[in-house]
Parts: sequence; C-alpha cells; structure tokens
Amino acid sequence: MKLLEQAGCTVEVPPVQVCCGQPAYNSGDRATTRAIASQVIDAFEGYDAVVAPSGSCGGMLSHHYPGLFDDDPAMKARAENLAGRSHELMSFLVDVLGEKKVAAARYDGVATYHDSCSGLRELGVKEQPRRLLDSVQGLSLHEMKTPEVCCGFGGTFCVKYPEISNAMVSEKSADIAATGADTLLAGDLGCLMNMAGKLQREGSAVRVRHVAEVLAGMGDLPAIGEPERG
Amino acid sequence: MESTAHAFKTNVDHALADPNLQDSLAKLKVGFSERRRQAAERLPEFEALRDRARDIKNHTLANLDFYLEEFERKVIGLGGHVHWAPTAADARRIIAELCQSVGARTVAKSKSMVAEEIALNEHLEALGIAPIETDLGEYIIQLRNEPPSHIIAPAVHLTKDQVADTFLEHHSKLGFDKRLTERNDLVAEARYVLRQKFLDADVGLTGANFLVAETGSSMLVTNEGNADLSNTLPKMHIVLASIEKVIPTLEDAAVLLRVLARSATGQESSAYTTLNTGPKRAEDLDGPSQYHVVLLDNGRSGVLGTEMQDILRCIRCGACMNHCPVYGAVGGHAYGWVYPGPMGAVLTPQLVGVEEASNLPNASTFCGRCESVCPVRIPLPKLMRHWREREFEKHLTPRGVRQGLALWSFLARRPALYRGLTSIANRVLALFGRADGRYSALPLAGGWTRFRDFPAPQPGGTFHAQWKGKEGKRKRA
Repeated sequence: MKLLEQAGCTVEVPPVQVCCGQPAYNSGDRATTRAIASQVIDAFEGYDAVVAPSGSCGGMLSHHYPGLFDDDPAMKARAENLAGRSHELMSFLVDVLGEKKVAAARYDGVATYHDSCSGLRELGVKEQPRRLLDSVQGLSLHEMKTPEVCCGFGGTFCVKYPEISNAMVSEKSADIAATGADTLLAGDLGCLMNMAGKLQREGSAVRVRHVAEVLAGMGDLPAIGEPERG
Repeated sequence: MESTAHAFKTNVDHALADPNLQDSLAKLKVGFSERRRQAAERLPEFEALRDRARDIKNHTLANLDFYLEEFERKVIGLGGHVHWAPTAADARRIIAELCQSVGARTVAKSKSMVAEEIALNEHLEALGIAPIETDLGEYIIQLRNEPPSHIIAPAVHLTKDQVADTFLEHHSKLGFDKRLTERNDLVAEARYVLRQKFLDADVGLTGANFLVAETGSSMLVTNEGNADLSNTLPKMHIVLASIEKVIPTLEDAAVLLRVLARSATGQESSAYTTLNTGPKRAEDLDGPSQYHVVLLDNGRSGVLGTEMQDILRCIRCGACMNHCPVYGAVGGHAYGWVYPGPMGAVLTPQLVGVEEASNLPNASTFCGRCESVCPVRIPLPKLMRHWREREFEKHLTPRGVRQGLALWSFLARRPALYRGLTSIANRVLALFGRADGRYSALPLAGGWTRFRDFPAPQPGGTFHAQWKGKEGKRKRA
C-alpha cells in the first residue's frame, strides 16, 4: 500500500472482494471457480490496475481467468480485460510504473530471496524484487543455490500430501540456512507461511518477511510467526 | 506391470524412509537439471527449436492417420511388416507369435518403456522365452526384479553399492565372484556377460524414439550402443512403438533430436543414433532377415481431440521428472506404474484409469518447472488440473476435501460473511498465539502442524479491517 502510494498511485480496496478462487480451481471444481471469478471480475470493474502482493493470485487473474469462460464470449472478454489490468506487486512497480528504487528504506541484515513459483514462471518475476531490494540501505542479498525450486506449499497440496511437502520444505530450509542469511524474503504469502512454519519448527532464527515489508521500510514489525517485541 | 498407483501414499512413505533412494535422488536433482541448463544456454536457438518441436508434433497428431499409413506403406515397400495392436494384450500376442515363429529361446531387448507398459517380459517368460535386457540400467533392475524408476535412467534409484551387491549375487555363478567397487569395473563385467547374450539371441526387440513416415525408418538413440547389437545380430528385429511416435520426415527428426538429448541428459546428442530401415538387403553384410514393427494404440487414439491431446507430444526425455520437486522427493517407484513424474501423472490415469491413479495428478504443487523445461512445451500442470476436474466430476475427490471446499466456496461467495468470519478467526488466532507468534498445534490443521508451525496473525486485525480503519481516519481528517 505504502509502496503504491509512494509511487503515486491512488489505492482503493473494494470491500466486496474475496479470494481469487484458486483452491477450487486447483481442486478441479470449475463451477465454483467460475462463480468466484465472476464475483472478482465485478469487484474490480472500473479500476486502471489490479495489484496483488502475490504471484499466485496475480497469475490466477492474469493467466487463468480467461480460460474459465471459453463458452461465454461476453464473460471471456471481461475476464481478458481484467487479466490485462492485473499485476503482481513487484512487477507492477518495476515493469509498469518504471520504479528503479524505493524511497529511503533501511533494513540492517543479510537476506535471501525465494522465487515463488507462480510469480517466477507465470509472471516472470525474478529481477524486479532484486532490483528494488538493491536500493534498501543496510541490506545485502545472499542467493540460495536453488531459489527457483518450489518450497512445497502448493495450496491444498501441503495438507493433502504433508510428507512430500515436508521433504520439499526441509530441503528449502537447508538451502536457506546455507546462505547464512538472517532474513528470508519472498513475494507470496503461502510460500512464506510454509517456510516460516518449517524454519520455526526447526528452531531457526531466520526471520521471514514479505519482500514488500522490507521495501516499505516496515522491517521493524514482528516477522511472520514472530512474537511481539518488547 | 501391475499398477500400485492406488497405493501412492504408502509408496511415498516407503520412499521417504529409504536412505539409498534419498541418496540417489539428491544426486539426480542437481545433476540432470544443471546439465540441461548448460546445454540449453550453449544453443542460442534452443527456445526456437522447442517451438518447432512442438509444432512438428502438433502437426503430426492432427494428421496421425495419414502419417501412420504412410509409414506402414514404406515399411512394407522395404520388405518389412507392420502389425497394428489396439491393446496391450494384442501387442503381447503378436510379439509372442513372432518369437515362436522362429523358435526363439531368448530375446535381446533394448530399453523400451512401451514394453514395460504392456508387461512384455512377464508374458514372454511365461511362454518359456527369456527376455534379456541389454541397457545397463534395465539389466540391473531385471536382475533385481524391479520396475524402472525413471524413463531414461531406469536404475537411477540405486546406489553404486547396491549395484555391486546385485552383480555379485547374480554373476558369481558365471565365475565372477569378486565384489567390484569401481564403476568402470562394474560396467566392464556387465558388458562381458551381456556380449554373449547378444550373440545367442534369436530375436532383437527395440523400442523407437521416432518412426519416420517418409522413409519407413525407426529411429533409436542410446548411449550404450546396445540397441545396435539388439537389431543387427539376431535374425529377427521387432520394433515395438506406440502410435504417437510417428513423425513426417527425417528433417523433423533432426529438429526433435536436437531438443531430445539436451533436455534429457544435457548432451548435444546421444552417443548412438540409429536408423533401422527395413530388413537386411541382398547387398548388406549384416542385419536381420525379418523386420517387424508393432504399433501400439492402448488408449492413445482416444486422447486425440480431447483436452489431454497435448500429452501425446511427449518425446520421453525425462526432463519433467528431472526437474520435479515431487519426483525429487519420492522417486519414480512411488508413482506405482511405468511412467513417473509429471508426464506420468498425466499419462498414467489415461492408461490405467483415473480411479486407480487418482492421486498422481493431485500430488503436484503446480510449481510449473516441468512445463518450463518440456522440449515440446506440454502444459503439464494444466493437464493435471484437467484430471482433477474429471475426478471432481466423478466424485473421486476425497470426501474431506470436497466438504472443506464446499464450506469454503459457500463463504467465498458471500463477501460480508467471509470477512466477518476471517476477522473473528484472525482475532482468536491472534489472541491465543500472539505471545509465541505461532502455533505448534491447531485443531483441524494436523496436515500443516505435524511438520510446521502455523504463524499467528500479526497485530492490528485483518488487512481489510486495517484498511477500513485507515480510510475512516482519512475521511475524518
């Protein structure tokens, strides 16, 4: 929010919006997905841009909605219109608004950045967050060996196949530890909660934050899964 | 082979608890993907070649009947024979009859996933015909009586020590009673044992990477040269291939070969690329006197024209499994049938039934890495999602998932109620969890909290609540 306003946008949050429908979509429930998608399309009618701080929600709107309405040309046109206006936050700031740095944010620490799957492979989010992080004072970035490999969240996957998910996130947490970073950043809440949950279960001191928190200079708030300070 | 895809979850438990398998997988995950990446980087036109490869396969699938008939005409013209096998049982019967027609006692086989698909070895053995696997990996797993765990590296689940034990156990009766530890020594011993079997074989059976319609050739790539011995030494050569292996021209084959090896192993090309074009001619010094091609359908023609058709583009490079984090965690045997990994998660439900293989298309995070490396750009996550849709329609989705989904979707369609409930949940979770910042156990969330903590919400209420507060302040100001 702060990032968008700093970049000169007028931000509104339509109160009628809910989830983008991905849980139903990926569970094979097309009818429910269509109903929810129609609702989302209504909710965001009339805005210049729809920005989500998540690659998977952004990807759902921009890549998957139009395909839901192949048999309904009118809805398909509306879905395509929304798709063209929908962006993931980092990509919106850098690719659309042309931001090259963030205004005077400071974060003292060493971070590593996880490329969330949908953001990376559906939306091409890779360099944008790194470029903006580069302008945060006090911060250095240590890359993982495989930042592009899935963390094992996968929506309902992580509770339907917890053992496989655990094997995947364990590997991710070892990769994170090997960087020596004190902070893990990413751009998708699902991945962040999964990795934070694993790191904390393992007793790791690595703090986990959404990349936007650091870019907005809000790194003094408790990190994900961290108790209140003081 | 008999499918255990229905027991996927049990298979997964075994796989995760198997230290040898986990050792082997750790190597596979790094090796294959790194080599593919370097190979792709070295070839500037690689991405453009992927487009062409996709287009060639799409064109062929759109005209499959034409190219198959063209291929048949060419093979017959060369003096060979083409046998159409609508089902696996038909293919088994045709091959057995061919073997029996020359009184075969042994069949030298080069690696063929289609032969695994139709469970050919078991059938031949039951008829007293011994199939000899000549691909090193296939040979190892044949000795161990195991199915392949990968479509191009069938024994990739084994460590060197396991292979050493297997060879000692099976080769000692041939006079090799020393346990070998060096890779080269193991290969040399297998080579020695296999060489005599090539010479003794009555029939050579190979698969095919491509069938070239314009020339009637079957094309094979290997790194061991075993296929060349399988198809030149015995008097009868049988090619077993599924119908979607046909492509129009040699020119097309050249394009596909350029993406195949790079995607599979990161090689520019495989060590051996062999074209078999009909039986031995009068002026040839060697070669089989009989040349037969068995074309297997086994349900594939039913995929044509459906939303699943893209899977028929698959050229069996294995890149999708090499890059799949789920395959990387559990290996190929967990998938329970012949084809593992993402391509298997799409193909297996088609070939053994979605009821049997319902877990496979669900056991994916849709991370999309498979699609990003597929040389023929098969949208594998999308096809897995189509299976999930079919399962949902057939009420195969587990009851818990269905009920959870129904409740969630009821709420998601009612924004005010959704907001109210999430706000309450947020406050409750924050109230009890804020002190620690997280939960190590939560009711109804065992799948999550067995292995992970669950973060408590940050202070200040839901995003919508905070936004509403902020807007209120603005309006008052």
